[in-house]
Amino acid sequence: MTRSLIYSLSFHAVMVLLTILSLPFMIRQPVDLPPILSVEFIQISDKTNIPFAPKARKVLEKVKKEEKRVVSEQAPPAAKAKEKPDRIPLPKKQDEKKELIKKKQNPKEVKPEIRQASEFEKKEIIDTNQIAALIDKAKEESTKIEKSKDKLTQSNVKNSFASGLTLSEEDALKAQIFGCWTVPLGLPYDENLLVRVKLELKQDGTINKSEILDHERMNKPGQKFYKILAESALRAVRICQPLRVPQTGYEKWKTIQLNFDPSEMLKG
Amino acid sequence: MKKIFYIFLIFLFKINIAYSLIEVDITRGNLDPLPIAVSPLHVDSKSDNYQDAETKELGELISSVVEKNFRSTGLFNPLNKDAFIQKPDIVHLKPRFEDWRLITAQALVTGKLLIKDEKLKIEFRLWDVAANKEMIALAFTTTPSNWRRVAHIISDKIYERLTGESGYFDTRIIYISETGPRTQRVKKLAIMDQDGENTKYLTLGNELVLTPRFNPTNQLVTYLSYFRNLPRVYLLDIETGIQEVVGNFPGMTFAPRFSPDGKKIIMSFAKNGNSDIYTMDLESRLVEKITEDSSIDTSPSYSPDGKYITFNSDRSGIQQIYTMKSDGSEVKRISFGDGLYGTPVWSPRGDLIAFTKVRRGKFYIGVMRSDGSGERLLTENFYQEAPSWSPNGRLLVFYRETKAGKNGEGFTAKLWSIDITGYNERELKTETDASDPSWSSLLSK
Repeated sequence: MTRSLIYSLSFHAVMVLLTILSLPFMIRQPVDLPPILSVEFIQISDKTNIPFAPKARKVLEKVKKEEKRVVSEQAPPAAKAKEKPDRIPLPKKQDEKKELIKKKQNPKEVKPEIRQASEFEKKEIIDTNQIAALIDKAKEESTKIEKSKDKLTQSNVKNSFASGLTLSEEDALKAQIFGCWTVPLGLPYDENLLVRVKLELKQDGTINKSEILDHERMNKPGQKFYKILAESALRAVRICQPLRVPQTGYEKWKTIQLNFDPSEMLKG
Repeated sequence: MKKIFYIFLIFLFKINIAYSLIEVDITRGNLDPLPIAVSPLHVDSKSDNYQDAETKELGELISSVVEKNFRSTGLFNPLNKDAFIQKPDIVHLKPRFEDWRLITAQALVTGKLLIKDEKLKIEFRLWDVAANKEMIALAFTTTPSNWRRVAHIISDKIYERLTGESGYFDTRIIYISETGPRTQRVKKLAIMDQDGENTKYLTLGNELVLTPRFNPTNQLVTYLSYFRNLPRVYLLDIETGIQEVVGNFPGMTFAPRFSPDGKKIIMSFAKNGNSDIYTMDLESRLVEKITEDSSIDTSPSYSPDGKYITFNSDRSGIQQIYTMKSDGSEVKRISFGDGLYGTPVWSPRGDLIAFTKVRRGKFYIGVMRSDGSGERLLTENFYQEAPSWSPNGRLLVFYRETKAGKNGEGFTAKLWSIDITGYNERELKTETDASDPSWSSLLSK
């Protein structure tokens, strides 16, 4: 009896083990590594054979000739290398720099239309010398955009996660309370007068319970301005009710904390 | 194992609580004046002479004085009485807050009065309409003729309860009343309530009078008048009308002001074209020289703690504001702006100094911190000067003259007040033209 039970249990155990191992997520996918490729980095501008537009070719050749002549008399490029890549020079400084370059140039001043192609020309001409730079710039820009997107998304996520309200819901609530809150005008602007009010709300946005979180400060000597502000904050939420709250997700916003801070307004 | 499991559960629960609390920052509100309803005071039917129109009107009169005081601050908006739903007799017992919310009132003032045996008893209550609760309740007993002062005291109490700072309604302003053509002005010493009522003239106008100042108890006034054709500092007891020359100076004394404890008078004494600052002890009559400089030092004013003095001097070549210790040591120039600075007055709060500034033909009233930083010009005009602080340090009263024609036509001198924020500039009602105002401290302390 005992022996048959042991057989049965071991058989079942084996079966269960086999079943688990045969489940799809348990099967190990063979690692499909791509073959290693050796890549040689080259300057596109040095090797490319992309043909120029016939019109632009002449202009560009002229520019190159002029540039060669000009560059030879310019200040050594080492000075440029000192600049931080992310630094945005101020317009004034740019002007100064231009002036400096002009001074160091040949006495025969190079005509601007020869030295630099206009914006329209730039669009028509594929300038191989600048392709690399353009690619880099595009990369930078795309990363910037991505970063800014990320930032926005992160803040959205943070906001909605932390507050339980979307930005528009929060804005609607703020706008409603802004209208109801009559800020006491005699308050001093240089005191810390942040009032935190905790509200328990009903589903329709009316107030079930309101509480000043630092209520013990109200009755302390020398805190009369805090008391005045706290009373004005409570008045505001009572006047405003029912508050503009989302129609869904009551569990998230049934308890809410409002931080009344008039310092920016009082400083003007 | 169990313990770990419970700790894990508690941790999860706490995370859940943290997640559920929504926080919203409210950094803006409206800066409109607070809507307040001042219900007429209910006159008790047990009052003496209840049927008299005068008695019946008293409740209305007191509430209208309170209402006028509030309106003048710029901080409150008294609501129109025609919109009131509840009657005064019922509202004082138990306001129907819904009715007051309906007319957008956020605060409500109710009260009742009883005149019995030539005594006036007034009760008033301030209600928070949104919170449905009483904020303050007080009662006063006085003579019926004092009803206006009671209205000012009620205003002060409500103002303090709603703003956190003391009021300034139960106060007086002393000033120079001016009548007659510009070249032959008759100048009298006059005193009135801060709202322009109860004007009384303290001198007859035979002698020129200038720069009157109250002492801290508001019983004495020091001012400049002429004695044997010499300008001299005088002292006048308002109650008795007795006046005397301050000190026996062999020359001209002017620009007097009391020390914060009222025991000394500080003033300028000019001799041989030089003017220095002196103090005189009113008990011992001892005179002390405070400044010693070849320049013109004048317009001294004590800090509220009496430890420092501000004054103006041209010792730098141009008239500027200086501060020093009350013994005359540590003189420090505090104004460095473009123009002339004069008539510095230390705020009762101690943080600011008000002044008159003249720049490019324009006159400005401004304030700066006592170290000279944060200069702010509050108002600009053709001619204005002599700022004086309200007792709570919130308002400044000064006088302003208009430009006269060739023969002096169109010339006026009026008293004005302005909030230190630069808002709520308004003219004060006076019976005649007026100049050199000085605000008293609170009469009921």
